[in-house]
Amino acid sequence: MSGDTAETGSIPVPPLKERLLARLPYWIVPALALAGLVLIGDPSTWGTLTLAGLAMGMLIFIMASGLTLVFGLMDVLNFGHGAFISIGAFVGASVLLALGGWTGSGSAVLTLAAVLLAIAAAMVATGGIGWFFERVIVKPVYGAHLKQILVTMGGLIVAEELIHLIWGPNQIPLPRPEMLKGSSVLGDVVIERYRLLAVVLGAVIFAALRWALVSTKLGLLIRAGVENGEMVEALGYRIRRLFVLVFVAGSALAGLGGVMWGLYDEIITAQMGLNILVLVFIVVIIGGLGSVEGCFIGALLVGLMANYTGFLAPKVALGSNILLMIVILMWRPRGLLPAGKG
Amino acid sequence: MAEPLLRLSGVHTHIGRYHILQGVDLVVPEGELTMLLGRNGAGKTTTLRTIMGLWRASAGTLEFAGNDLGPLATPDIARLGVGYVPENMGVFAGLTVRENMTLAARERVLDRARLDWIFSLFPALTKFWALPAGHLSGGQKQMLSIARAMIEPRRLILIDEPSKGLAPAIVDALIQAMLELKRTATTILMVEQNFRMAQALGDSVAVMDDGRVVHSGRMAALAADSALQARLLGLSLGAHQ
Amino acid sequence: MLRTLLSDDLPRSRPLAALLALIVLALALAPFLFPGIRSLNTAATICIFIVLVASYDLLLGYTGIVSFAHTMFFGIGAYGVAIALKATPGDWGAVALGGAVGLAVAVALAFVIGLFALRVQAIFFAMVTLAVASAFLILASQLSGLTGGEDGLTYQVPRVLTPAFTLTDERILGVRMDGRLVGYYLLFAAAIALVLVMLRVVNSPFGRVLQAIRENQFRAEALGYRTAAYRTAATCLSAGAAALAGILMALWQKYTGPDTTLSLSIMIDILLMVVIGGMGTVYGAVVGATIFVLAKNYLQVLMAAAATSVAHLPLLAKLISPERWLLWLGLLFILSVYFFPTGIVGRLRGRG
Repeated sequence: MSGDTAETGSIPVPPLKERLLARLPYWIVPALALAGLVLIGDPSTWGTLTLAGLAMGMLIFIMASGLTLVFGLMDVLNFGHGAFISIGAFVGASVLLALGGWTGSGSAVLTLAAVLLAIAAAMVATGGIGWFFERVIVKPVYGAHLKQILVTMGGLIVAEELIHLIWGPNQIPLPRPEMLKGSSVLGDVVIERYRLLAVVLGAVIFAALRWALVSTKLGLLIRAGVENGEMVEALGYRIRRLFVLVFVAGSALAGLGGVMWGLYDEIITAQMGLNILVLVFIVVIIGGLGSVEGCFIGALLVGLMANYTGFLAPKVALGSNILLMIVILMWRPRGLLPAGKG
Repeated sequence: MAEPLLRLSGVHTHIGRYHILQGVDLVVPEGELTMLLGRNGAGKTTTLRTIMGLWRASAGTLEFAGNDLGPLATPDIARLGVGYVPENMGVFAGLTVRENMTLAARERVLDRARLDWIFSLFPALTKFWALPAGHLSGGQKQMLSIARAMIEPRRLILIDEPSKGLAPAIVDALIQAMLELKRTATTILMVEQNFRMAQALGDSVAVMDDGRVVHSGRMAALAADSALQARLLGLSLGAHQ
Repeated sequence: MLRTLLSDDLPRSRPLAALLALIVLALALAPFLFPGIRSLNTAATICIFIVLVASYDLLLGYTGIVSFAHTMFFGIGAYGVAIALKATPGDWGAVALGGAVGLAVAVALAFVIGLFALRVQAIFFAMVTLAVASAFLILASQLSGLTGGEDGLTYQVPRVLTPAFTLTDERILGVRMDGRLVGYYLLFAAAIALVLVMLRVVNSPFGRVLQAIRENQFRAEALGYRTAAYRTAATCLSAGAAALAGILMALWQKYTGPDTTLSLSIMIDILLMVVIGGMGTVYGAVVGATIFVLAKNYLQVLMAAAATSVAHLPLLAKLISPERWLLWLGLLFILSVYFFPTGIVGRLRGRG
């Protein structure tokens, strides 16, 4: 803001126009939904697709949030993130399949227990591997983007191979628990139970992350660190210790997302991490590196876009998301809500 | 002259291939404000950053209150009681003024008395307390940056070109605030290009050129000697009003 | 004269020079030294990948840009020729036209991507190229009318390159003088030529500016170079060379499909080759490609043999089973990035 004139007595409030413009990114999601309604025409189809899009978006958000924080805070580009997604999916799937009796029973309690166990196992596994990854593979190459890309890519390759080693070369089908199968119908709109769960889960995680970032000292440090890590150190904080924490949390979230995605697709493969990573990257870029909110918006946009174009013009589904990314970058070269370094 | 709180001896700093500091000898007496002057590119900012540990000295020693700063990491240097007000102010634009101050205080609770004192110097901060610091004007950001350094008692405060880009009226306000800070006998090392500010605040002065300190002494003596000023600083800084 | 040919970029190390000479000689005499279709195929693959990896090194090693779109350009060149030959089989005109179109599209696409990279951070660029390459792969698989989809295209190459064509009826050193030989030497000559051209480019003032940009982009800007223009030019050159490699591939294989040109695993292979060989040295591509292709073709045989011999230790057998080939390569790759950042070439030259 310019103007070094003498201070006046009132609290300056930015003009309405400026405030609306700042909030503009939030309006894009409903705008896209509206555009979808116009193009698709039939409200019930639109309703189904929108729910699917939101569910998909939420799941991508869960996986992308870790990556964006890691990049924003640590300036580390981790291609290995895809490995955490795959590993989480496989570990979670192993638990779920082992507890097939519980998931098949249709009992809410048993299903919940099984799913929670699967998620916990996935998160512990990927969190642990994330810790190892950060200390051994990533730490030596802090600050060297080129090497980071190469090394983490290598990590991804090795992880994929290890999955093959442990779980065999094939895909593993992962049926949803009985309770989560099927759908309800609201009017003409099909509401898949699992999708609803995904949306709720994603919203809860977003709210939790946001709360942690805004209301805790740790969150304060992370937000400040994303903006200017040097200054945080100059204020006396050993921010490097925070790195490991954020990296592990991000990996655990990726693992969680992996399990959920596996249940969404009802099949898991060793490559799924890399395939999803492309979407995760798009979301992180659209949202702005380091911004959980931007990531959230980006994820919802990508989810909606994928489902709308999947219906309208299936051949260009992935391309449409890339187009979306390009359009947004033309408008805001650093993403929608960059948590800006400099 | 008081005891040196900070002493640099033969400090060299390389950044990549560039040999920026080429043997800096600097003494910062305790309880005073030392001005670090010099042309652009003389190495003033690099000196501050080296003291703060943001850049590693490749040779020489940095002694602060009996501690060797050389091997220490920036957070540890800060914990020894060194505050840093960087050239770009380092204000966290996405955080509110309050959050900026909370971070700086390192305790969850801000010292009320100290805060009141700071507010008396920088009234604008009360108005923007709950707003993101990005909404502040340049001058206000500078005040916030200095306020952050003041929220806890520091043994040494490093300030890099506080008046840069600010209107004369704001500079005046800054000078007043700095004089107030000096009354607490905090040791300050300040880089400045504005000679008026330098004159008003400096007790000791060191002039840098080409990565070395080429003159050091009392500010009063330098201020009285325009020939010396012209020789050291390129042109008579009476022009830098 | 050798100095001028190599644009003053000598191997600068006896072992390296010896190795390079060995490789060139072996490739030059491959049909005679290693008779048989399989070995000739290996040699041809080496030649093609030398070009592909060297062009990638121009981007990665010299300009410092990480891109995952390289296989896309490779594929565009290959598909250009493939589609043309499918339409008019065996026609040199088709080769010329298809190749030219492929080359043009690749360079144009690289230009657009390069332009785009100006607006965003370097780190975005890697992610964007990954996304674009993935999308292109899917597109190619889906436009099956044009590209043959997942199955790809098989087509007839000009007669001169087929075994049906004979130069002379005699055999020299037991090797038939047929179109396959002609094709191979065409490939070999093209590869040599392109490598020499690339040496010329990286040792030119243009090449030096690229390296300056890689070292410190801001400083290069401060010195007055329009880094954006240089990086875009490097992207286009690299893409063009990759497309040329694709043309060669299409002509040799007589088949073009997403799995042989566009797949991400090829992109990863390229990365492995360039890093293990040595980034920022065109010779690294030569060494890396040779070692990698040889290992891929022959090491797996070794691994299979080793695996059967330790079949009684199931875990060990699984670890060294030939399917786990990528695991070891991945580990080698990671170790290379840490400990041999200058690759084999760097090691041979005596730098860590």
